Amino acid sequence: MQAFTRLNGLVVPLDRANVDTDAIIPKQFLKSIKRTGYGPFLFDEWRYEDVGQPEMDCSNRPIRKDFVLNQPRYQGAEIMLARENFGCGSSREHAPWAIADYGISCVIAPSFADIFYNNCFKNGILPVVLKDEEMDVLFSETESHEGYKLDVDLEAQTVATPSGQVFTFEVDDFRKHCLFNGLDDIGLTLQQANHIKAYEGKRKQEAPWLFT
Amino acid sequence: MAKTLFEKVWQQHVVSENDDGSVLLYIDRQLVHEVTSPQAFEGLRIAGRKPWRVNASVATPDHNVPTTGLEHGITDPVAKTQVQALDSNCEEFGITEFKMGDKRQGIVHVVGPEQGLVLPGMTVVCGDSHTSTHGALAAIAMGIGTSEVEHVLATQTLIQKKPKVMRITVDGKLPQGITGKDVALYIIGEIGTAGGTGYAIEFAGSAVRQLSMEGRMSLCNMTIEAGARCGMVAVDDKTIDYVKGRPHAPTGDMWDKAESAWRDLRSDDDAVFDKEVHLNTADIEPQVTWGTSPEMVVPISASTPSLSDAKDEVQQEGWTRAFAYMDLKENTPMQAINIDKVFIGSCTNARIEDFRAAAAIAKGHQVADNVKLAMVVPGSGLVKAQAESEGLDKIFTDAGFEWRAPGCSMCLAMNADRLEAGERCASTSNRNFEGRQGAGGRTHLVSPAMAAAAAIKGHFVDIRNWNDQA
Repeated sequence: MQAFTRLNGLVVPLDRANVDTDAIIPKQFLKSIKRTGYGPFLFDEWRYEDVGQPEMDCSNRPIRKDFVLNQPRYQGAEIMLARENFGCGSSREHAPWAIADYGISCVIAPSFADIFYNNCFKNGILPVVLKDEEMDVLFSETESHEGYKLDVDLEAQTVATPSGQVFTFEVDDFRKHCLFNGLDDIGLTLQQANHIKAYEGKRKQEAPWLFT
Repeated sequence: MAKTLFEKVWQQHVVSENDDGSVLLYIDRQLVHEVTSPQAFEGLRIAGRKPWRVNASVATPDHNVPTTGLEHGITDPVAKTQVQALDSNCEEFGITEFKMGDKRQGIVHVVGPEQGLVLPGMTVVCGDSHTSTHGALAAIAMGIGTSEVEHVLATQTLIQKKPKVMRITVDGKLPQGITGKDVALYIIGEIGTAGGTGYAIEFAGSAVRQLSMEGRMSLCNMTIEAGARCGMVAVDDKTIDYVKGRPHAPTGDMWDKAESAWRDLRSDDDAVFDKEVHLNTADIEPQVTWGTSPEMVVPISASTPSLSDAKDEVQQEGWTRAFAYMDLKENTPMQAINIDKVFIGSCTNARIEDFRAAAAIAKGHQVADNVKLAMVVPGSGLVKAQAESEGLDKIFTDAGFEWRAPGCSMCLAMNADRLEAGERCASTSNRNFEGRQGAGGRTHLVSPAMAAAAAIKGHFVDIRNWNDQA
C-alpha cells in the first residue's frame, strides 16, 4: 500500500453534506474486477453531462462546468474538503479507489461514515476529522484564495494553513502506524496466527455449532 | 458486571487486544457476492495466500444477476465476467457457492438467514453495507470493504475498535399497517443518517418484540442508513423458532446446547448503554421519503417540509438540492405525488412476509394507467417458490405487476432493471440517493404494502385507509 506521511497539496472544496458512495462512484463502474482505473469516473454524475460507462474514454465527454472538480483552479488537487457524514451508504471500496486514482490522498471533513473511513486507510488515503468551525475557515480560505494549499502532517497529526494556523486531528495509533509505513495489515495479522488457532481451539469446545 | 447484548457477543470473539485498544475480532461467517470480492481473491492469489477456514465463507451472485430471461444467461458482457469470476474464484479456493439456477441463490442477506448460515451470537461480515440485516438474529453483523474481505478470507479475523453502544427502545402496540420498514425510516428521521455513526445499535422495546423475524431484518437492514455499522435484536422465542430446522442450523444435542447459549443473548437488566433513545409507536405512521437521503422522510399524512424548517444552512442547502433533483416543491402533500414505476424487492423487503403484505393490497385491483412498470422481485429462489406455492405470483400478475427472478435488481440498478432519467419510483429498497436506481431517477422509500397501494392508485396513499379507498 502507498504510505501517507506528509502532504503539501492543492485543495478542492466540495461543499456538501452526506456525500454518498453512490455519488462518489456510480454502480455501473462496480462491474470491473480491477482495483484501478476508476479516477476518470469519480463523481461521474456530478462531473459529466452524459451517463458514463465503464472503460469509456472520458477526454471528450461533455462536462458540467460549474461542478467544483471541473473548475480550472482546482485541477491537480490532492486534498478535498467536504461536509458531515462523507462517504455514507454503500461499503464499496471502489469509492476510495476512485478518489486515490484521481489523485486525492487526503479528505478533510467534520465527520465520515464508518466503513468509508476504514476503507481509506487500506488505500493510502488519510481521512481527517476537523471541527465544524475549523472546516468553515478552510472552506472560506480555499474559495477566496486561488492556488490554496494545505500542509497535512500525519506524524504530527496537524493541518497547517498558508497563514500559519494549525489544526490538530485524532487518529488511532495502529491505523496511523500502518498508513505511515504503507503496511499490509494481513501480513501483520498473520504474525498472530498462533493466537487465532488457540482461540479456535477454545471456541470449538464452547460453541461447536459455529465450526460445522 | 452487567453487559449489553453487543458486549456479550463482542467479548466472545476477541482473539487478542492491541495496545491502542483495538482488538483482533474472530469472524464466524463471511458472505460473499460478485461485486466486492474479485479484487480480494486477486489479492490472495498475488500474495500466495489461501483462505484461513474455507467453510466459514459462502457465496452467491446477486447484484448483477438478471431478473428476467434467465434462459439467455447474463447478456451484459461486463456483468457476466464478474459473475464468472465469482464462480471460478469459489471453485479455485473451495468456497461453497449457490450459483445462478440454484434454488438457494438470491440476495446474500436473504439467503444467509434462510439457510441457517447465520446463527445467533455469530460475528458476520460481507462486503456489503446491508450486512447489518443479520443483527436481527442477535449477531454482530457488519459491512466491510474489499480489503477487509481479503483480510477475513486470509485470517478469519478483523482488526476492530469497539464501537459505543446505543439502545433504541420502541414501545407501544404496532398499529395495523406499520411495519419494520416504517419503524426503521421513522428512527432515521428522528436521529438522522449520521445519528448512529460510531455506535452499534440494539433495538429493543415492546414494538420490536412484536415484529416478526422478517420485520426485524428490515429494521436492522437499515441500521447502516442511520450511520451505524451494526444493529441487533435480542434472542427470544421468535428467534429460536426461526432458526430451528434451517439447513445449516445445529440439530440434536448440538441444538440443545446452542439454544441454551442463545437464550442468554440479551442485554442484562442493569446493563448501561452509551446512549439511549426512547420512541413510541403512537407517533409512527406509514413513512415515505421525499428527498435524496433516507433522513428526508415524512409520515404519509404530511407534506414535504418548508426550507425555513431546516436546522441550519448546510441542511437547507441539502434540502434545496434535493427538491431540485426530486422535482418537488416545499409543502407538497405526499399523497399528491404521482409515480411512474414501482419496485418491491431488495435485501430490505424481499422476504415472504413482504410479498404477503403487498399481495393483500394488490389482490383484485389493477396497477394504475400512469404506472409504466410495477415489478416484484423475490429475495431468493426459495422465497420465490414459497410465494408461488401460496399463489402470490398469480395475485401480482393478475393485478398487472411483473413477477421476476431473485436478485438485487432495481435497488441499485446494476442489472437491466433501472429508472430512466426523471422517472419517479415507489420503492421498498433502502437508499433514495441521487442516481441510485438509475441516473436521474427519483426514489421514494416505502414499505411493501405502501408500494403496492401506490402502484394501484398511481400516487402515494395511506394504507391505513385502504379498505375505505379500494
